[in-house]
Amino acid sequence: MFIMKDFNSTAQKIIFFNCLIILNLFIGCNNNTSIENDLQNPVISHLEDKQNVEIAVSRPPFSDEYIFPCSECHADMEVNIEPRILEMHEEIVESYNHDSENRWCLACHDANTRDSLRLASGKLLDFKKSYKLCGQCHGDKLRDWKVGVHGKRSGDWNGKKQYLLCVHCHDPHSPHFKKLKPDPPPVKEEDIDSIE
Amino acid sequence: MQKGKNNSRRDFLKKLSLGIGGSAVALSACNSPDFDDFLQKNFKTLSKEDIDEIILNLEKKYSEKYGKKFSVSAEPAIDNTLFGYALDLSRCIGCRRCVYACVDENNQSRDPQIHWITVLQMDKEKGIDYMHSDIHYNPELVPEEGHFYVPVACQQCANPPCVKVCPATATWQEPDGIVVVDYNWCIGCRYCMAACPYGARHFNWSEPIVPDEEMNPISHYLGNRPRPKGVVEKCTFCIQRVREGKYPSCVEICPTGSRKFGNMLDPESEIRYILENKRVLVLKAELNTQPNFYYFFGV
Ligand code: HEC
Ligand code: HEC
Ligand code: HEC
Ligand code: HEC
Repeated sequence: MFIMKDFNSTAQKIIFFNCLIILNLFIGCNNNTSIENDLQNPVISHLEDKQNVEIAVSRPPFSDEYIFPCSECHADMEVNIEPRILEMHEEIVESYNHDSENRWCLACHDANTRDSLRLASGKLLDFKKSYKLCGQCHGDKLRDWKVGVHGKRSGDWNGKKQYLLCVHCHDPHSPHFKKLKPDPPPVKEEDIDSIE
Repeated sequence: MQKGKNNSRRDFLKKLSLGIGGSAVALSACNSPDFDDFLQKNFKTLSKEDIDEIILNLEKKYSEKYGKKFSVSAEPAIDNTLFGYALDLSRCIGCRRCVYACVDENNQSRDPQIHWITVLQMDKEKGIDYMHSDIHYNPELVPEEGHFYVPVACQQCANPPCVKVCPATATWQEPDGIVVVDYNWCIGCRYCMAACPYGARHFNWSEPIVPDEEMNPISHYLGNRPRPKGVVEKCTFCIQRVREGKYPSCVEICPTGSRKFGNMLDPESEIRYILENKRVLVLKAELNTQPNFYYFFGV
């Protein structure tokens, strides 16, 4: 990675240092009753492959324009799987920028059951579980997300947590994280306090 | 922003005399509860009863002053807990939401302005380079092409130079790793500020100003309770929140999910996962401050 080059030596030192800490942690962990309790009654529940799924956050609402269920319109429509410029869903069509040369809508939406997403295997997938769809192509991100490294957990660090879904932060149709207006910079006099 | 050692020392001596002036004022107000504060023993050596009494007095004082019910917690460290923090430099976009969430949660002075978190904008080409960092960047939108962002606050060093230099033992490291300041005991000498290589300590040059309605009344004695003029303050990982099991408010606010926090002694925590599986770095590792605050690349 870009800055990694400069970091190599520092990073090595740090990794070494970490090993020391982690070693200490293990030693410190013996007779660690509160943590053992936590492990026996996991309040932090993990996603499916580790037991006890918990995603307390609901999926972001669909925009007002596209009334859910989608089948309200689509049930009566003839299915046309031909990639084309749609006369509907204008905003999505305009912003669509997700490997768009290689993929079209029906890579993710099911042609016949519009109220569901669709995995590559053909299996239907509830919109609530869209992270599994993303994980098909972004397995590394899904893995990091499940352990709380990619994406965001909030709530209690030692208890119940909420997870944001991929689609809270990434519009599936144009997934690049949206730029934000920064909050104001500090006033200039504060320079004396800044890092040397 | 680049002050040489000499410079900051001179600065510091200038302020030292000011600090003493401040103490003299406190002494002359003999019968007020502040005088008790002044004579109070260092917080960590007090008995349970003493602490309860101090807390009650403070709650009463603050509730009257700010016109709302104030709580001042003295919650001690949770057993078997060592807090660690990790920040994903590949995700942070420099939006400064954390800066102001911290100000609100921790009652930092609005004027003169105190920010416990400073976000440094750096060039991707140069890597981490303090000399060429910019804290006043203010484009229409972030992130800006070719840049990355390094938010810096107290690194909660395991080997904290600030603690070593305090002549009043007014600052120390708690068992959960949080470096705290007892504002009742701080004499305002600012040695700690000179010793901190991260610019993470901030001095109240005048009475901090926080509008009453914005004052967060849920406070901790060693954290976000109102500060008087003439004391040093700093990030405490939101001690009033994390000792209740909650994430710090910067973690809660971050729209990118770059901020990770947890108990490094818990093998199941995300912070442990990061330390074990990602390449992490600490700022100014060569100074051997041993921060409990790590930076990593989540990519
Ligand atoms: C108001 C009616 C309406 C609703 C509600 C609606 N759609 Fe559509 N959708 C259309 C029409 C009409 C087209 C075809 C436009 C064209 O052929 O140019 C279409 C096309 C599509 C296509 C392109 C593939 C195809 O079948 O032509 C996808 C994918 C799609 N819609 C997904 C959805 C999803 C998902 C929802 C629910 C969140 C939804 N739509 C809700 C009217 C609707
Ligand atoms: C990479 C997979 C993927 C592709 C490709 C894709 N979608 Fe979607 N789409 C999703 C997911 C996931 C959601 C649900 C998002 C959520 O939960 O908020 C969604 C939601 C929608 C919705 C409801 C949005 C709303 O805000 O109400 C419509 C309509 C839609 N898609 C249409 C389309 C059309 C038309 C195309 C092709 C131009 C398309 N999608 C391509 C994954 C995809
Ligand atoms: C069928 C495979 C596929 C699926 C499913 C898929 N993606 Fe992607 N995604 C890609 C490819 C290929 C790229 C890189 C090309 C590009 O940027 O357009 C990409 C790029 C991205 C990027 C980087 C965009 C950028 O410009 O920085 C994000 C973020 C992303 N996807 C999120 C998602 C999310 C969230 C989902 C689930 C709703 C998802 N993807 C589902 C294939 C997929
Ligand atoms: C809390 C918000 C958040 C959530 C939730 C989230 N991401 Fe991201 N993601 C980001 C940010 C921020 C970036 C970096 C954006 C940038 O570089 O400007 C990113 C980057 C990415 C990228 C681009 C490649 C890279 O490493 O930079 C992919 C792909 C991606 N995310 C996929 C996912 C998937 C899949 C999920 C769900 C399993 C997910 N994200 C959940 C915030 C989030």
